[in-house]
This record gives sequence, structure tokens and C-alpha cells, in this order.
Amino acid sequence: MAIEIKMPALSPTMEEGTLAKWLVARGDVVRAGDVIAEIETDKATMEVEAIDDGTLGQILVDAGSEHVKVNTVIAVLLEDGETAADLSALPAVASESPAPAETVSAAPVLEMPPAPVAPIVAAEPTWAGTATSLTVREALRDAMAEEMRRDEAVFVMGEEVAEYQGAYKVTQGLLDEFGAKRVIDTPITEQGFAGLGVGAAFGELRPVIEFMTFNFAMQAIDQIINSAAKTLYMSGGQMGCPIVFRGPNGAASRVAAQHSQCYASWYAHCPGLKVVAPYSAADAKGLLKAAIRDPNPVIFLENEVMYGQSFEVPDQDDWIVPIGKAKIVREGTDVTITAFSIMVGRALAAADALAAQGISAEVIDLRTIRPLDTATIVDSVKKTSRLVTCEEGFPFAGIGAEIGMQVFEQAFDWLDAPVARVTGKDVPMPYAANLEKLALPQVEDIVTTALATCHGFRG
Amino acid sequence: MSVKADSKRKRGPGRPPKTVSAGINDMPPTDDLVSMYRDMLLIRRFEEKAGQLYGMGQIGGFCHLYIGQEAVVVGLQSASKPGDTVVTSYRDHGHMLACGMDADGVMAELTGRAGGYSRGKGGSMHMFSREKKFFGGHGIVGAQVPIGVGLAFSHKYKDEPNVCMTYLGDGAVNQGQVYESFNMAALWRLPVVFVIENNQYGMGTKVTRAAAGRALADRGMAYGIPGRQVDGMNVLAVRSAALEALAHCRDGNGPFILEMKTYRYRGHSMSDPAKYRTREEVDAMRKQHDPIDQLRELLKDQDIDDARLKDIDADVKAVVTKATEFAQTSPEPDPAELYTDVLVPLTDETLMAKV
Repeated sequence: MAIEIKMPALSPTMEEGTLAKWLVARGDVVRAGDVIAEIETDKATMEVEAIDDGTLGQILVDAGSEHVKVNTVIAVLLEDGETAADLSALPAVASESPAPAETVSAAPVLEMPPAPVAPIVAAEPTWAGTATSLTVREALRDAMAEEMRRDEAVFVMGEEVAEYQGAYKVTQGLLDEFGAKRVIDTPITEQGFAGLGVGAAFGELRPVIEFMTFNFAMQAIDQIINSAAKTLYMSGGQMGCPIVFRGPNGAASRVAAQHSQCYASWYAHCPGLKVVAPYSAADAKGLLKAAIRDPNPVIFLENEVMYGQSFEVPDQDDWIVPIGKAKIVREGTDVTITAFSIMVGRALAAADALAAQGISAEVIDLRTIRPLDTATIVDSVKKTSRLVTCEEGFPFAGIGAEIGMQVFEQAFDWLDAPVARVTGKDVPMPYAANLEKLALPQVEDIVTTALATCHGFRG
Repeated sequence: MSVKADSKRKRGPGRPPKTVSAGINDMPPTDDLVSMYRDMLLIRRFEEKAGQLYGMGQIGGFCHLYIGQEAVVVGLQSASKPGDTVVTSYRDHGHMLACGMDADGVMAELTGRAGGYSRGKGGSMHMFSREKKFFGGHGIVGAQVPIGVGLAFSHKYKDEPNVCMTYLGDGAVNQGQVYESFNMAALWRLPVVFVIENNQYGMGTKVTRAAAGRALADRGMAYGIPGRQVDGMNVLAVRSAALEALAHCRDGNGPFILEMKTYRYRGHSMSDPAKYRTREEVDAMRKQHDPIDQLRELLKDQDIDDARLKDIDADVKAVVTKATEFAQTSPEPDPAELYTDVLVPLTDETLMAKV
């Protein structure tokens, strides 16, 4: 059967072009790959190659023809043993008419599928047994140690995690117990070891990748987003990436702009990642264990200032806190305050101050930023009718902006006042002690904002 | 020159690395040669058809064809063992076919259909097969290199006797993460062969305008990674070099670099007018160095008759025709697929399962 040569599209946007020149004539023998013509668009001149072996039987569009539509038959190739007589077997084609529409465009009008329902999460664990006071640092270490005992595939990798026992001593003792095969000091090479971790996760290991701080993870963010977060989707569900990227996030103390930033909204922006930011030691332990067991990439945002703070942690080997569940850490009736990580402590202090002024504040520890437990926030707002969001990060496109939008969408009619935000100031972190204090959201900022929300709009 | 003196010689920056070309002792059995011929021809015909479908508007976006480079991946795969893993960049259709992935599924992914390897959600640059140990198909230049080192890390961690073949182009060799990867791979003696497919052009920039130094095979020198420059248009030279490199890795000696001197006949992507090189240059490569022509001549010398070669041609053509029909008739993904595969669903059972 003779082969039709059609006007090719050279880019997804090309609709027509000029057939500038034929480089072969009727009767010429051509091989697949030979250049047979040149075509021009407004962007470039391109060569058309034969896609099969054969003899040029007929030229249907003359050289110099302009506005030749893509998919117009421009020539006919005869295969071995065919002659010009076989051309009559082809349907007649007019050189200007495009080929019939391809099946690509035959799909019915797209119907928007329903968005997925909230993810399945385990129930909040309850604990009536004994508890031990642990620092956040110890709780994180215990979580890793327990998961490494449970599963040989879990390993910890990062700068100074092994022999130095962790830049912030979070991995203290792990090298002694698990050895250098599973607790691995890396060179200072964030993009490299983040990518190595992704490959190891594809290879069915369970990497826990420590960034000395999340500021340095910007070197690796391509691997985190493009490789870890997106590959499951791009592979049609084949390539799960069970990996935890963890380390301190946000402001430390007097380390200035390049070492003091909250990345919660950066990572929460991207589908394919879970983002966790615990406050208490019990949540830090339970959530890190859940993150290591999760079949998805998890960004685990810790806080350097919190590492040394102590909390009661249940005496239980399998203390798992489900990802995706916020926690009401103080009940109240007049205003809802959301916070995560270090800001939970400031929100609780603000709630005490507000109580002294007769305001009953409900404080929600978000714990997970994505998937966000919107239901807990919305239920609380329906009770209090007022919302103040707190975070250390910048205000623009921050977590508060997202929570505000969710509440506008789901609880607008319950609001008695606009949603208010308490955030870091919209500046790189200054070094000077007084300026740093001004840049960071303080307890007084939360109190002032909550009071304005309550008094300014009390109906 | 005495052997002793030669063995003391250190390769400096001024001296090109050892070049591998096919030797008579490397000649594989005839059946293997026939199999390599078929594999290369399948890639060639598949890519020609993909180019044609692109021209018809049935394949969208970016489409990078492997035509001219077939000997590289086919030669490497012919030297590999079961369980070895492969990862590459976005000029990846040939690698998938050489890994044994089904032409139907690859072509259907190119047309964005439900029958594609990624169910239509990845496209030309993002396809995977755990079963065939093909780990992508990555769209960011150089990003596949640390991933390949991670796969090699998992081989070593699990005491598997396997190697990860990590492909990168002459464009990728100037990315910083490639050297981060070289360093870790050498430091931890990971079983990874870095296959640099030097097709002479990173998009439109000739390698000599982008890469300092003499040879890309030398790029691991600072890390103590041995490198070989290989005639990447000759599948037997590729195979011979691959056997050496893979044995080096399997013996626990750490990574190895193979610089494959190869050539792509087509543009960087379909919309590349390729004005940075002459038609004569391309024609000369095709006429004098074509990997498929070279092997066909060798097969004729080995008394493989024309009829058998024609049978292979017909067989390959049938595979590509079937793949094309499948890719055109497989339905588009169900709209509900928009929201699937963002996250692996997690249940209480998986969370609390005993390992």
C-alpha cells in the first residue's frame, strides 16, 4: 500500500507552513531518514525526512506553496514492488484540505471529576499509661531508633549525623546502635544526597534524610519537588517514594537572613508531599514514626529552639500520631488561634494573657500543614466566630493566607470578624537583636491581634 | 615501550583516556548479534514512527528521538545481568525498549493514552517500569544522576550483586549535582556505571563550546573514577567496554565512567531546526558510522542471509505497527485519573503493620 507523506507539525503550536523546496523528484528512491523537503514557518526552516523506504510516486503540493495546513498529504511514497498504477488505489486528496481529524481530538467534552475526599488517617491515639519527660531532641531520636529497630530498610543520612552525633545532637547514639551502614555521614552536598535518597527510596529503602537546617534544603529543592513529590503521579502510581526529609526549620537565634526562614508554605504548596511541623515532644515522636512508615515523601519541619524543651511522652513503643490531624490544645469560646511548631507555645501564652482580659481563646496546634485538617479549624470557627492564624513565616502567600481562604470558603457565614494573621515581618531576617525581635511574631502580637478581632468587631 | 613503563603511566589532563573499540576476541555468539541487531532496529523504527506521529499532532509537548544512538543502550543492556537497574534523562524511548518494556505501552504513553506506561500522565520524558528495572525517564538535566547513585546505594545496602547504569548526556556533565554524585559514588564505592552519551550537542551547543578539558571520560579523574572513551556507534565496542565497567562495579571497586562517542541524527527535540550543524556532517555520520548498518554488514559476513534479515525487518515493522495502532486506539485516561496517584493511600493497616 502506498504511503502518504503529510505536512508535519514541528511544534505543538504549528498549524500551517510554507513548503519551501523539494529535494527529491518523482521516481527517486528514498530511505527512511533522507531529507526530502524543506518547510518554513514564521520561526524556522526545517527539513522533512522520509519516514519509510520507497520510491517517490507523486508530489501533491508544489514547492513554494504557502499556508499548507498540517497533516495535508504532500506526496506519496511507493513501497517495494508498487508502481504508479497503485496510486489510483489511494483516495483522491486535494492538496489544501487537511487530513481528517485524528482520534486525538475525538474525546468527549471533559467532565471535571470530583476532587478527592479527605485522606484516611488513623484515629488520634489516647494514652492513660505512664509517661516520661523527654526533650523534643530525645523524642525525635527515639522515634528514629524505634523505626530502625522495626525495619531494616530505614537508614539515616545527612551532614554530621553519625560520628559528630548530629549538628544539633538529634541523632545522638544512633551510630553506636546501628553502625555506619545505616547512619551515614555525608559530604556537604545537599542536592546530591537528597537525590541519592530519592533513588534509594525508589530502590525500596526507607531513607530519613537530615538537612542540617531547611535553609540548606533550597540547594536540593529540585530533587524534593521534581523527583520525590511528582514521580508517583508521572509514573501512573508505580514509583512511590517513601522518604522523610527532616531538620530544623524557621528562625533560630541571631543567625540572620540565610539561616532563619520558615519553609512551611513553600513545601505545602506542592501536591505530592506531606508536610509536618510538630510542637510537643510526644507529637514529634509520634509524627516522625508515622512519617517514616508513610509510603509518601514527608517534609518534617523541626525547630532548633524547641529541641531542648521537655514534654511528657507516653511510655509506649508504638506511639504513632497520625499525619493530617490537628489538635485542640486549649479549648475556648471567643476566638480560634491556629499555630504550628514553636508558635503553639506563643499562642498558648497569648491565650493565658487573653483569659486575664476575659477572652476565652481556643488554640489549635495544626501539627500537619499538608494535608491540612481543615475540618478541625472550621468546626472551631463555627463555635468561636473569630480566627487568628499564627506563623513565623512571611505573610505573603503564607499558611495563614491559605487557612483564611479555606475558612472563607467553608465558614464565611459564621465569621463575626475578618480572619487576622500574625506572621513574621515581610523582610529578610535581620541580625541585630532588637530588629530580630521586631521581625518575629511575639506573644504580644497574638494578644493584640486577638483583642482587635474580638473588640473591634464585637457586634 | 616496555610494559612496566606503560603501567606506571598516569593519565594527565593532556592525555586522552583509553579508547575502546571492538576487538576480535570480544565477538559474541551470532544469536546475540542477531538479537542486538533486532533491538537496535526496533528502536530506529519506533523512533521514526514517533517522529511521524508527532508530525501528525498525535504526540504533544517535547519529544526527543534516539535515532543514531541505538548502539549505546543496546550494547550496555547486552552486557547487563538480571536485576541491574537503569535510569536516564528524557531521551529515553530507546532505553525503555532495550530494557524490554513493551512497545505498545511506550507508544501509548507518547500519545497520552490510558494504555501508556504512566497511564498517560507522564508522557515522553516520564516513563518507568519497576518490573523491567527501568527507573525513568527524568525531565531535569542531570537530576537522574544522584537518583542513579541512590539506586546503586540500595543495591549495595541490600547486598545485591547488581549495578545501576546511570545515563547522562554531554549537556548534563556540566551540572553540579553530577559531581556531587561522582564524589559520593566514589567515596562509598557504589556500583554505578555513569554512561555519558556524548552525541556532540547539548541542544544546540557543540560540546567543545560547553565543556572545558579534553575528554568527558576524564571528568571523574579527581575522584579516582576510571573512565573510557568508547566508539558509541559500534555496538560491539560498547558491549566490550560495558563488560569491563560492569565487572569493575560488581567486584566492589566503585563507579566507572563510559564516555560514548555517539551522534543523534535528529534535532534535540522535534521543533529543533538544527541549524548549528551542517547537513553534510549528519550525512557523513549516517553513511560512514551508522550503528545498524555496521552490524548488518557484520551479520552478512557471519553468513546471516538476507532472508533472515528481511524477516527481522518485517518482524520489527509489525511490532511498531501494532504499537502505533494500540497508541491510537487506547482511550484517553478517565477524567477521574486527574486526582489519582498524587499520594499513595495510607490506611491504619499499613501504618501499624509489622515489618
